[in-house]
Amino acid sequence: MSKRKYVKQPLSEWMKGEGPDSDVVISSRVRIARNIRSMPFPMMAEPQQSQSVMEQLLDVAESGRLNGLGQLERIRLSDLTELEKLVLVEKHLISPNLANESRNGALILSPNEAISIMINEEDHLRIQCLCSGFQIRQAWDWASKIDDIFEEQVDYAFDEKHGYLTSCPTNVGTGIRASVMMHLPALVITGQINRILSAVTQVGLAVRGLYGEGSEAAGNLFQVSNQITLGQSEQEIIENLHQVARQMIEHEKAARTKLLSESRPRVEDRIRRSFGILTQAMIMDSKEASQRLSDIRLGVHLGLIDDVKDQTLNELLVSTQPGFLQQTYGEALSPEQRDMTRAELIRSRLATGS
Amino acid sequence: MPGMRQTPRNAAFYENREWGKNGAAYLRNVRQGKGRTHPGNASRVSIHSLLSGLLDFEATKANGGTKQVGLQCENCGMTYTQFSKIGRFGCSHCYKQFSERLDPLLKRVHGNTVHVGKVPKRAGGKLKTKRDIDRLKKEMQGKIEREDFEAAAQLRDRIRELEKEMNG
Ligand SMILES: [Zn+2]
Repeated sequence: MSKRKYVKQPLSEWMKGEGPDSDVVISSRVRIARNIRSMPFPMMAEPQQSQSVMEQLLDVAESGRLNGLGQLERIRLSDLTELEKLVLVEKHLISPNLANESRNGALILSPNEAISIMINEEDHLRIQCLCSGFQIRQAWDWASKIDDIFEEQVDYAFDEKHGYLTSCPTNVGTGIRASVMMHLPALVITGQINRILSAVTQVGLAVRGLYGEGSEAAGNLFQVSNQITLGQSEQEIIENLHQVARQMIEHEKAARTKLLSESRPRVEDRIRRSFGILTQAMIMDSKEASQRLSDIRLGVHLGLIDDVKDQTLNELLVSTQPGFLQQTYGEALSPEQRDMTRAELIRSRLATGS
Repeated sequence: MPGMRQTPRNAAFYENREWGKNGAAYLRNVRQGKGRTHPGNASRVSIHSLLSGLLDFEATKANGGTKQVGLQCENCGMTYTQFSKIGRFGCSHCYKQFSERLDPLLKRVHGNTVHVGKVPKRAGGKLKTKRDIDRLKKEMQGKIEREDFEAAAQLRDRIRELEKEMNG
């Protein structure tokens, strides 16, 4: 196994297209923010302090206490190129903040890439668990167990009133951010999406695009997450998100059924056009790619397209991103070459159907 | 839905997370005495000022209208003014140092001010020990009043053990 597998291959656990409701939910994620008592948060830490935070947290992985997760990779961000960091961001294994801002940043990664533990991000420790499909409770269970293991070794910044203390007051208390990534094309096509998203934000949840804050909901992908971290228990937070996501899934499924029964010719036409374009086009920018791949995904789940796997579509989500294309085909790609390479990659993946 | 707040959260505060990336650079410059760097673009500046507005508003309210200057964390050196500019604490002690101004802000962001979730096992253990010590002290007092000095001495030793355990 190559040392650089995690930057060379697109496949991560979350892309497998498995798990409950994977026809709507692509992935479920929980991340827990923790800090070490008395140590300045990464933003205020002197280099030797963040160095010692890094060593202390990497030691927990070194000690064998996390061996239940398999053979862990321990990666210092300073050992990666800018491009390799970008690829890890595109795979959702690290945050842009860790890639761009951290000093003495590090990453502990499980072999299936479902667990990624970031060190010296905005907080000293961020434990992320990323599952395929609708498995938000499972993601919390895993993340919480890893949290317990670190807690045996590390004196966390915690107080009875405010809970786990974090660099940003929006994370204090439980320190958890739970999110569900959903593909909602039928709600978009039938014009129901705005009403639903506004209802979702009214119950204290946030909606974002594929690449988090500020990213557009390209490809009909929506990420729904909790905003409140203080005054609700982790179970409440997870259950609230679970309930709301459950309702969104049911609405999307109902809208799909309605689309098929009421406007099948138009929907089928749209999907087949996109399939035709993706299997023939020579130049494909990332925006068009994500829109048309969304059509293909819908086609697969409506039973209109056979032999394209969810896993292929999920891998294409990542492997058609700019960083990943450059990683695979060379750093010096011009924007047009990049669009040509993207088109070629999509053609070949859809042709083999694997 | 039970247990869910029906009002939207303060959007400006959350959007702030976006330029928070610049916060690190800002703070480094503050520490190195380079003065203020402006966040990258116009929209970031406006979000920035929205957040500052929110935090300043809370600060003013907490002090009955007069803005207090010089509130600073003894552990990491961050001032409340810096915190209100970047929306990030410098260390866990900042929560104590700025506590008088914190609750209105937390209330606004989370609708709550008190944690009800998970507790570290170790902190949980300490809490339990503290309660045990309080209980034993009461018991010891009772023994002394009843002039059962032997039992009181045993309790005293047990209390010392627990205190050692808790501080060690
Ligand atoms: Zn501080």
